[in-house]
Amino acid sequence: MASFKPTKVQFLPKLGEKVTEDTLYWKNYKSPVQIKEFGAVTKIDFSPLAPHNYAVTASTRIHVYGLHSQEPIRSFTRFRDTAYGGSFRGDGKLLVAGSEEGLIRLFDICGRVALRQFTGHSKAVHVTSFLSDGFRVVSGSDDLTCRVWDVPSAVELSSITEHTDYIRALAPSKLNPDLFVTGSYDHTVKVFDMRSGSSVMTMQHGHPVECVLLYPSEALLVSTGGRYVKIWDLLKGGQELVSLKNHHKTVTCACLSSVGNKLLTGSLDRHVKVYNSSYKVVHNFDCDASILSMAVAPDDEVVAVGMTNGVLSVRHRKHKKDKETLTSRRRRGPSYRVFVKGKNFVPRQDDFLVSKPVKQYLRKYDKQLKSFEVSKALDTALQMWTRTSKPEVTVAVIIELNRRGTLKNALAGRNEESLTKILNFLLKHIFDPRFSRPLLTVGDIVLDLYRQVLHQSPVVERQLQRLMEVLGREAELQQELLQVLGILDTLFASLTPRKEVLWEEHCPMSLNNHCVSVSSVSADVCRI
Amino acid sequence: MVETSDIRVVRCGGSKVNLTPPIISSDSRFVLCTSGDLVKVYSTRTEEWLHSLQGHTNQVTGITLNPANHLQVYSCSVDGTVKLWDFIDGILIKTFVIGCPLFAIYVSEKHTGVLFLHVSMATDSKNECFQLVSVHLPKSAEQEVEAKEMSAVSSHISKNPSCTAFGRGSVSETCMSMVIFISFFSLCSFSLKATDKKGAKNAFTCIACHPTDDCIATGHEDGKIRLWRNFIHKKEYTYSTQHWHHNAVNTLCFTPEGTHLLSGGIESVLVQWQYGADNRKEFLPRLGGSILHISASSDGQLFCTSHSDNKITVIESSFKVCGVIQGLVKGDAVLTDLMIDPRSKALVLNGKPGHLQFYSLLRDKHLYNLDIVQQEYIYEAGLDQFEVVKAAFDIKGSWLATVEERGKKSSDLEFFLKLWAFDERTQSFVLNTTITAAHTDRIISMCFSSSEETTMLVTAAEDSQFKAWCQGADADTQQDQNFWSCDFVGSYHKLNPTNCSFSADSSLLAVSFQEVITIWSPDTWEMLTTLCQPPGVIRDLCFGRLSCSKYLLGTTTKNLLCCWNLLTCELEWSTSVDVSKLQPDPFSENVAAFSYQSKHTDLFVFKPSEPRPLFTNKNVCSEKVHRAVFVPREEPLNSCDESTQWLNRSQLYFLTQNMDLLTFSTATEEDRMLSSSKQLVIDDSVAVTPFYLLLGKHRQQQQKLNTQSHPVSDKPQQTQGSVTIKELLHTPAHVLPAASVLCSMFVNSFLISNTGETLQEEMDSEKEEEDSEEEMEACDSQQELRAQGSVDEVTPKLSKAQERELKRVRKTDFSWMAGLIDSKP
Repeated sequence: MASFKPTKVQFLPKLGEKVTEDTLYWKNYKSPVQIKEFGAVTKIDFSPLAPHNYAVTASTRIHVYGLHSQEPIRSFTRFRDTAYGGSFRGDGKLLVAGSEEGLIRLFDICGRVALRQFTGHSKAVHVTSFLSDGFRVVSGSDDLTCRVWDVPSAVELSSITEHTDYIRALAPSKLNPDLFVTGSYDHTVKVFDMRSGSSVMTMQHGHPVECVLLYPSEALLVSTGGRYVKIWDLLKGGQELVSLKNHHKTVTCACLSSVGNKLLTGSLDRHVKVYNSSYKVVHNFDCDASILSMAVAPDDEVVAVGMTNGVLSVRHRKHKKDKETLTSRRRRGPSYRVFVKGKNFVPRQDDFLVSKPVKQYLRKYDKQLKSFEVSKALDTALQMWTRTSKPEVTVAVIIELNRRGTLKNALAGRNEESLTKILNFLLKHIFDPRFSRPLLTVGDIVLDLYRQVLHQSPVVERQLQRLMEVLGREAELQQELLQVLGILDTLFASLTPRKEVLWEEHCPMSLNNHCVSVSSVSADVCRI
Repeated sequence: MVETSDIRVVRCGGSKVNLTPPIISSDSRFVLCTSGDLVKVYSTRTEEWLHSLQGHTNQVTGITLNPANHLQVYSCSVDGTVKLWDFIDGILIKTFVIGCPLFAIYVSEKHTGVLFLHVSMATDSKNECFQLVSVHLPKSAEQEVEAKEMSAVSSHISKNPSCTAFGRGSVSETCMSMVIFISFFSLCSFSLKATDKKGAKNAFTCIACHPTDDCIATGHEDGKIRLWRNFIHKKEYTYSTQHWHHNAVNTLCFTPEGTHLLSGGIESVLVQWQYGADNRKEFLPRLGGSILHISASSDGQLFCTSHSDNKITVIESSFKVCGVIQGLVKGDAVLTDLMIDPRSKALVLNGKPGHLQFYSLLRDKHLYNLDIVQQEYIYEAGLDQFEVVKAAFDIKGSWLATVEERGKKSSDLEFFLKLWAFDERTQSFVLNTTITAAHTDRIISMCFSSSEETTMLVTAAEDSQFKAWCQGADADTQQDQNFWSCDFVGSYHKLNPTNCSFSADSSLLAVSFQEVITIWSPDTWEMLTTLCQPPGVIRDLCFGRLSCSKYLLGTTTKNLLCCWNLLTCELEWSTSVDVSKLQPDPFSENVAAFSYQSKHTDLFVFKPSEPRPLFTNKNVCSEKVHRAVFVPREEPLNSCDESTQWLNRSQLYFLTQNMDLLTFSTATEEDRMLSSSKQLVIDDSVAVTPFYLLLGKHRQQQQKLNTQSHPVSDKPQQTQGSVTIKELLHTPAHVLPAASVLCSMFVNSFLISNTGETLQEEMDSEKEEEDSEEEMEACDSQQELRAQGSVDEVTPKLSKAQERELKRVRKTDFSWMAGLIDSKP
């Protein structure tokens, strides 16, 4: 006597993205924490020192947040106009920021009042940064000049005017205190050497440059502008290595993760993309608004993204420890001892052993199928949770009912509510190629069964109307696809040299079948 | 040794065990059932086949226990005889010759010496008219008796034996479509009619009598069971109806005490109704095929159900299955080819619905079922179920490919291609890959590549494509699961492929597209050449083996058998034969071709290199042969006769359209079987007594001896010993002389008379050859053997080992025997 064989649910392999270690790593972030600022967040910079606080420049303020705090631990508000480009010094004790009025201010992290003010720029200063020796500040301004300032004496050391448009990107070298890279709206990226006092390298980006970034080895340079992200090889004299076009709006910011030096780019199209070492996109963060600035904390603990609507979104990394505490709190089952009880009992030699029959665990719909309650089984399979999150289970039950020849019985005698459920399911999944075959039969049977009474319910009628529309659209689409395939076939036939082997994909046939069945059902709907 | 080159067609194992109700012996130790020409005896505890009662020359149609002696059983057969057997020892006691074909047998406890038999009324007419006759068995001491005293009891009865039942007070009822006749012996006979004729489907299907009450239970076509009472009082009979079965009730059976009624039908659920409390029932579901017969043992402890899938289930009275006796499941059609599992050498074909069965031909035993479909089977008439339609093994038996299919019409065709890997740990096949949409239309042909290194599967389908499937891990997912994926899709001018076949070294793949054969190289997937022999669609395709591997054979629908030479790509020869099945032998160059012409099938066995057949057998059977397989022998025969040589390495089994599994057997083979079976019977008949222990020990020694050196020429030795032993065992104990007289004779019988000289010689030469004689002996004896075989000597020569054994026997002290004799009064 065999036991009842449960319904086999087919799990078809998912097409599309493959799961790799990179995607797993980047998926492992908690849902973002949103912090509202006063204006668009233009710059985020992490302190290189241990608690890794970060400075957020937005509107006329610079706030400094702790890694896990949602309230600013410090704020610098002495700006008369919009502040730009607040960035830390290498020891994390000083902060420099430019502003709309052309002033550059230098703050002590603990103080409130600016320690120094550098005056000289005639227009807004969007980017400021310390050089790696820590005693000089470099700034780029809308007056087309790049200036280098001495911190102790607060005097201008030099001023270089080589760009022909606003300077909006700046990256000092961490290895050489005399080198820095600027990017400008004149589509160029220039590498300056303070020892010669002029640019030593110029690269044509082709679009207004929004951001430049040096790899830690400083052999590679990243520039973003327009929809493009370009990687340059500095050791080969500024040769272009790759040009990436993964965003569909201007790429505004780029940064590197500290684990494995993965490149992240943010764009006005509200996406943050993560690239692997061969510059393929491996992950994608979605945000609510256009992204202006972005930064990653050391060890990738935090990803902070600033947006045009003034929202700072902070993602924290998940840790195993957190997960464990969560699950242990949730589970309130009996203790381990209860399950172990009696399991390690060793029978003595003369004991008479009575084997306990192993109970077969069946799902609810299987139990109902076992007792031939077909309608109830279909109801169970159409329950909200199953229907939405596991449509394959619902379809498996439908296939099983069809195999038993009782699908018609299961569908018959339903009221408006349960019929709507079925029709909703059809509307949602009838075009999934995995499910379309059984669902088309369901559609056929439903039409056959309820043809007479359909007009009594406006809800069902409306749904059928929609079903007819989408079916018609699908049929049209497939017809077009078939036409395209026909064109391709002729192209291939003329291209391939005379050889007997014919390569062809098997989709035309299946598409054809599918199309025929779709159009037959839509014709059915039309009749009604 | 003269070899008669007689090859004859033999019906081999796997016949139906579910034709008649099985019977359980009164001590519940044995189950007896008919199986072809035999009655088979199984043990209820171990489900093992113990022995069979051999003697009928045609299909056995009924068995029943002898009410006078519960150790004896009557069997009737289409050959017109009733035989009485002692079923424990397997001895035929008596044969009663009736003279006309018999279809069922019944006995009644009240009428000793009378048998009730079903015989056909009109011998010539085709409409099935049967009558029940009673036969008085004449009392006589002879082995074969003619029983002439026949009297008809009732006529126009149904053929189905479950439509007749005997009850208390020798009531016999038989039923035909709408009427029941109840005939009391010498009293009255009257009929019960199924009165409510509103539903047309209430024809009777089966009947059972209550053992103690005046109550008859009838089963109906619409699934109802009626219990009739009060029928003795002429008109005023009453009945109650019970309904659970949704289809026809196939069989009914009362338990011996009459407390319960058992019923079964197509649903394969055994239902136990409590007698008296009608709505109390118990169920035992999912027993297998639909239930055909139910029988209960006389003490009510065991039930037996026989099923349509050639199975007998033994069920305890507590409603637990305690044993399953499974025969070869043949069903209505064998959809898969006959195949041989390379590991177990078992015959593989589709068995019960959705399963592949593994059947050992050697032991005539069902090994196991492999569930392919893995779905709950719904027992309902007219339901379109999944069936295994194609299966193929790779050459090592580590992979199995199956195709299951549902939907007769091509519009709602559903099919799956599944690949199974052999699991060494569980010694069974485990599902590896399921391919849901392998092709867009039905798969026609499927084969594995035969090379050892890489396994590749090729499927050809009606969507005018063939696909090659390879086992390979996907590099991206980084998981080393070795699942199968499509490697190549090929087609030829949008023609539908009909066949595919790999060459012996799998360097070539031949795919036939209607009338054209294309040859492909599986390494590069390049089409090498096309072969075409119009007219006619290619029906069968196979490559030659071993020395003939350069030949490709094909048969067409236009009665042509063609052989191409692949080196020259030219047609080597062709003949006009209507070949229905072409089967190459994997172990030799031979190819068997079955041709069907004017209502009989001929067999040709030939080598592809020469158009002249090696062996022809006209009129093998009267039906078409569609499935055949070569089964490798365990030990090859060494016949050198030309016409039987092709059967040396393997045996050819084939399946006719009537689902008979037939094979060819040679004379030598039968001799060997016969001698072994004789030995077995003697062994079995000896009970466990001190004598047996003594004898058994002796026999074991002897057998060991034989196998060591003399496999063939043991007959003269044996005869001398066995005469005395037989005499000793088969003479009744009270006629035997005193043990002291017997003893010396008995002991003497162990010795070989003319040993004097050889022993003397042996004594002399013993010391020299003590050390290094083992290998020499072996080859010596072999040489002797060969010499014997050629010269056909009769006198046996003793091998050295035997002689030494004898010497040992001689030296052993038999004085204990004297002590035994003395101790007897």
